[in-house]
Amino acid sequence: MKETLIIAGFGGQGVLSMGKILAYSGVMQDFEVTWMPSYGPEMRGGTANVTVILSDRKISSPIAYEYDTAIILNQQSLDKFEAKIRPGGTLIYDTNGITHHPARTDIHIYAINATEESAKLGNSKLFNTMILGGYLKVCPVVTLENVKLGLKKSLPERAWKMLPENEKAILHGAEIIRQVR
Amino acid sequence: MAEVVEIKEENRVYGKSPLITDNVMHYCPGCSHGTVHKLIAEVIDEMGITDRTVGISPVGCAVFAYNYIDIDWIEAAHGRACAVASAVKRLHPAHMVFTYQGDGDLSAIGTAETIHAAARGENIVAIYINNAIYGMTGGQMAPTTLLGMKTATTPYGRDPRLNGYPYKIADMMVHLDGTAYITRQSVHTPANVRKCKRAIRKAFDTAMAGKGFSLVEVVATCNSGWKMSPVAANRWLEENMLPYYPLGDIKCNE
Amino acid sequence: MAQQQEVKLMKGNEVIAHAAIRFGCDAYFGYPITPQSEVMETLMELKPWETTGMVVLQAESEISSINMVYGAAATGKRVMTSSSSPGISLMAEGISYIAGAELPCLIVNCQRGGPGLGTIQPSQGDYFQACKGGGHGDYHLIVLAPYSVQEMHDFVELGFELAFKYRNPAMILADGAIGQMMEKVVLAPQQSRMSEEEIASRYGSWATYGKPADRARNVVTSLEMQPEMMERNNLRMGAKYRLIEENEVRYEAIGCDDADYVLVAFGSSARICSATVEMARAEGLRVGLLRPITLYPFPMQPIAELAKRVKGFLSVELNAGQMVEDVRLAVNGVAPVAHYGRQGGMIYTPDEVLTALKQKLIKA
Repeated sequence: MKETLIIAGFGGQGVLSMGKILAYSGVMQDFEVTWMPSYGPEMRGGTANVTVILSDRKISSPIAYEYDTAIILNQQSLDKFEAKIRPGGTLIYDTNGITHHPARTDIHIYAINATEESAKLGNSKLFNTMILGGYLKVCPVVTLENVKLGLKKSLPERAWKMLPENEKAILHGAEIIRQVR
Repeated sequence: MAEVVEIKEENRVYGKSPLITDNVMHYCPGCSHGTVHKLIAEVIDEMGITDRTVGISPVGCAVFAYNYIDIDWIEAAHGRACAVASAVKRLHPAHMVFTYQGDGDLSAIGTAETIHAAARGENIVAIYINNAIYGMTGGQMAPTTLLGMKTATTPYGRDPRLNGYPYKIADMMVHLDGTAYITRQSVHTPANVRKCKRAIRKAFDTAMAGKGFSLVEVVATCNSGWKMSPVAANRWLEENMLPYYPLGDIKCNE
Repeated sequence: MAQQQEVKLMKGNEVIAHAAIRFGCDAYFGYPITPQSEVMETLMELKPWETTGMVVLQAESEISSINMVYGAAATGKRVMTSSSSPGISLMAEGISYIAGAELPCLIVNCQRGGPGLGTIQPSQGDYFQACKGGGHGDYHLIVLAPYSVQEMHDFVELGFELAFKYRNPAMILADGAIGQMMEKVVLAPQQSRMSEEEIASRYGSWATYGKPADRARNVVTSLEMQPEMMERNNLRMGAKYRLIEENEVRYEAIGCDDADYVLVAFGSSARICSATVEMARAEGLRVGLLRPITLYPFPMQPIAELAKRVKGFLSVELNAGQMVEDVRLAVNGVAPVAHYGRQGGMIYTPDEVLTALKQKLIKA
């Protein structure tokens, strides 16, 4: 098993922490993991992305030249990374603010409107765990039990009171994701 | 044949500090450095702290201070003595750590290290020899060179439009919350030597008591650099240096 | 299992901080700079002064940091600093003094692109600075190149070990990618710091922690005004460097036994190239990777041996061609040597390296 994933969007959308939850979940599942972020001033309001690799073998390069899956959270990232998904790979995108939708026909495409759904729940902080839930529905690379453990590991103790809400958001995300192509 | 005179202990009026080595000092006759070295050695000996004292020597005329005072020394890069001293003190909080620096070292190239060690309130002492000139490199302008003073790099006299103004780092440091004791002394008369020794002792006590940063500025002569006899240099110091760099305690936290 | 291994998921920079504490480091002095600020941030968060007694101090500049390292190292302590390229340039003076005074210490350079202010993205443009000087005068740093977060941890211990063994500054030459990346890491058990008595018995011949009555004063200095004496100091250091070159070369050879072509790469580039080797072999091309772990001392001999039987070397570096000069020295004209690099914070992917290998060597 090897999953090479990129998560890309705006700084502040929880891109890096979503990657972190997934990486921790991979550790819980005894996978090798790498988490390689974009970093620097661009993180503060600009675009942010993180490459996460989960594998049952030693990971050679943490830098990928193509992705099995891309989770895309804004138009800029869609424009940049759609072409870098391997044929037969998966694209998941949040539809909020997207005007030019993905056009490729050789990949699986899923849409999720977590921006709107998390706003409905009155907690936009659940946005990224909702997306994560959608991803895991489509690509069940780690078990839900390990995701729960990974979520707890990736959060500081003072934030553990948020765990039940986030777990619910993961389940909700799995329900609202829909296949486009 | 010269008559051999036996010196009896009861007749002894002065003795070399046991911490002053027998090495012949390289300082010019009339230079203030030797006197200040002697005072530091005496203070360390009197406090009985030789085994927990570390001196930081500078770049400048006093670069070889480690040859003259019999304690452990670290020779710092030009200007960096207060950074070096900060680290030694942080790792050895019960030790006496002091720097010995000239005006170029402490108040030109090392201004940042000096000011920030003082601002952090490091419990160290900086002994600051201000003779208004760069002695070792051959008499160039120092940050403390007086207006009109001729040096190798101000051959027509220091002109503020060309060379800027001298500055008093001691007076500036008074405003830093981390400083505990700031004083300006001289060693050009026996009375001033005694006062200077008391100031050094007070600074060392302040550091050992953990009260903060101390600066002992010593307004000093450089008769070679000033191109004067030692006697004339002492007179010039009194008439020109002291009006601009007045002596006395500037800040003294109790 | 007697004791559960402590597996953590951490950034390379965070691991440096944890490793420093666990390997009994006495002090860290530093100044913030991207992309390595997490080192000091993590130390401040962990508050080791309350547990091991380790001193952590944010200085007003890298100049001050390295001179604090100089002062603390002079007293026989295990001390370190970390920075990124422009900050290491500021430290060059102090590093030269530390090497000249023959003091042990550890310096971490989490490289970014240059020259000048350059970029905060990863680069390996400081190879020359780390391995060929950087500061003034004849000296060498012992330079270690980690290619994983685990090695960031392990090389803190190795760096201190070598630094004290040879009384010479050691450097971990990482980069923004290794520093910012998270991976699994096994943390070492907590080791105790050295006591004052141990320091006195081991380093009493040179360390300046206050002169006891029973020994002569120690003076830590790089100054020697007599040319005859200074040359003797230089020759003594030179002999030390020869000893380091003889005994401390470390490298990893991956798939080199039957290789027609060998990639030479260190740090994050070596990670990327290890994937290139897999891709090339899948295509039936016999490609190997020689990864220097010590950049100084450089693995001259192993490369010279390979040169006798391979068809060419590609030095793969995130720079304009620096290590390639050492590869050429080692190969000494026996086989073709080419360079492939990206700069400015751009990183090649494994397939780009393979394409470069084909263009520069295989087809040539």
